[in-house]
Amino acid sequence: MDQILANALGELITPMTAAYALAAIGLAMHFGFTGLLNFGQAAYMLVGAYAFAMATLAGLGLVPAILISFAASIVLSLILGIPTLRLRSDYLAIVTIAAAEILRFIVSTTGLNDVTGGPQGLSGFAREFYALNPFPAGEYGFWAWSMDEKGLWVRVVAWSLVILAALFVAKMIRSPWGRVIKGIREDEDAVRSLGKNVYSYKMQSLIIGGVLGTLAGIVFVLPRAVQPGNFGTGLTFFIWTILLLGGAATVLGPIIGSMIFWVLLSLTDGLLSAGVDSGIITFIQQDQIGGIRFMLVGLGLMLLVIFRPQGIFGNKKELYFNG
Amino acid sequence: MADQIAKGKAEPGCAKLDPILIADNVVRQFGGLTAVDVAHVEIPRGQITALIGPNGAGKTTFFNLLTGFDKPNSGSWTFNGKKLSGVASYKVARLGMVRTFQLTKALSLLTVMENMRLGYQNQKGENPLAAMFKSIWRKQESVVTETANELLTRFKLDAKKDDFAASLSGGQRKLLEMARALMTKPTMIMLDEPMAGVNPALTQSLLDHIKDLKKEGMTVLFVEHDMHMVRHISDWVIVMAEGKIVAEGPPKEVMKNPAVIDAYLGAHHDSDLGSNSKKGSK
Repeated sequence: MDQILANALGELITPMTAAYALAAIGLAMHFGFTGLLNFGQAAYMLVGAYAFAMATLAGLGLVPAILISFAASIVLSLILGIPTLRLRSDYLAIVTIAAAEILRFIVSTTGLNDVTGGPQGLSGFAREFYALNPFPAGEYGFWAWSMDEKGLWVRVVAWSLVILAALFVAKMIRSPWGRVIKGIREDEDAVRSLGKNVYSYKMQSLIIGGVLGTLAGIVFVLPRAVQPGNFGTGLTFFIWTILLLGGAATVLGPIIGSMIFWVLLSLTDGLLSAGVDSGIITFIQQDQIGGIRFMLVGLGLMLLVIFRPQGIFGNKKELYFNG
Repeated sequence: MADQIAKGKAEPGCAKLDPILIADNVVRQFGGLTAVDVAHVEIPRGQITALIGPNGAGKTTFFNLLTGFDKPNSGSWTFNGKKLSGVASYKVARLGMVRTFQLTKALSLLTVMENMRLGYQNQKGENPLAAMFKSIWRKQESVVTETANELLTRFKLDAKKDDFAASLSGGQRKLLEMARALMTKPTMIMLDEPMAGVNPALTQSLLDHIKDLKKEGMTVLFVEHDMHMVRHISDWVIVMAEGKIVAEGPPKEVMKNPAVIDAYLGAHHDSDLGSNSKKGSK
């Protein structure tokens, strides 16, 4: 039982949780604040992961590699946004989900083995990142957590980035720029009639949220290899789940949403598994647990949408006026 | 009045002494239907002009075309001497021609104050690179807030300024939309059915507000159905029917114009329809 709890608490601060939180903050910028239906956040993460890995493997330093992945992310935003942002919002949704899948198939083709590693992906690109580790080798532990120096370094960096991203988005949203963005979410034409270039603002939001997604992609792959299978549509929908869980038009929501999501997955996994092992749960097998815990998370999300549709951190008042 | 505004006789498409907006051959077709077909029209500067006509006359479509919210099949128009045809809607607003909508577009989940602030032009903090640094836009923001407060007081919405716009009544939303449009400091304001769905008590204050705009030197063009209101506040009336301008003139004269009565009531409203029914009874 202690082990189950420790595993669940460990999920609170994993780099994975941080990466999902970052991606969800980007999506909050898109959907929560601007009303852009981006169903391809996985594409931005993929671009971040691959551009970063390919650039560092090509011998470039950390900073150039990060800048290259940001540039790639901006190019992706322009490609997705230029044809769709003048149209109704659903077109962006179709184009982003398709683009994410296209990118995933491209990087996993065997023809590109030399560049992207094909189906195997890429690894060994994070050496320079870990070489910067200021923590001496050893075991670090506090409260329920224990990790080695590498784990500590990547967690410190990942969560610092999450905090910086949250502060950045909060500042942007409380500025006159954020006012225009939220106005666009409410009614594009009204904002247009007040002399604002709506198209340009939507593009800016797409780029900013996309770059945050790209950063999430880099954080996501730092402790592991880049594998094309990780960037499927499932990734996008987990990020959406996290966003709605925490509250779409909030800054803290995506962070807490990501923590809750991963802790719940770990808890249900641990509890079901223990139940099956001890013979209390007899109607499922060990290998079915992986699927069942997602069903439970889905059920939880349904309950949340029914009983707390604004998300955990959302403003209930905003929902009185729907319609 | 007529000789003060029009150059010559008041007739459809007549030239004005001091026009602010001049439109030529504006045509908009939806499939086979010609919604707007305006050969020539001039809107007088500094006056309140009413654009009236029966349902489906093309008034709102004409509005959308002039403000860049729709694209015409052909035609051109100038505003203040600047060519405005083909100019994007947000640029039209920046040039000083601001519109409101028939179906009020209050930004529901923004507060009344935020709605107002949004209207102010050339805000430094709306640049994404400057938005992060409050020191760049703090000063301007207080000017914006002050301007908004003045307008909200004038429109008696100051008590509501921290509420979501969604919590306002229909009439208050109309007031908010008008006040928000004024935040842009327009030279010409175009109101699409400003009185629609507004209760009689508010109607009077809306009318007064529109008259105030003229006093401040603004040009007002508004679409309206209610002939009583039109007579009450407008200096000039333009009548549209089936996409064309069928009459123009000072309100009192226009109402007597047979073309206007035809447009509103049908061409045969005073002929005896009973004469046909005799045939039927045979």
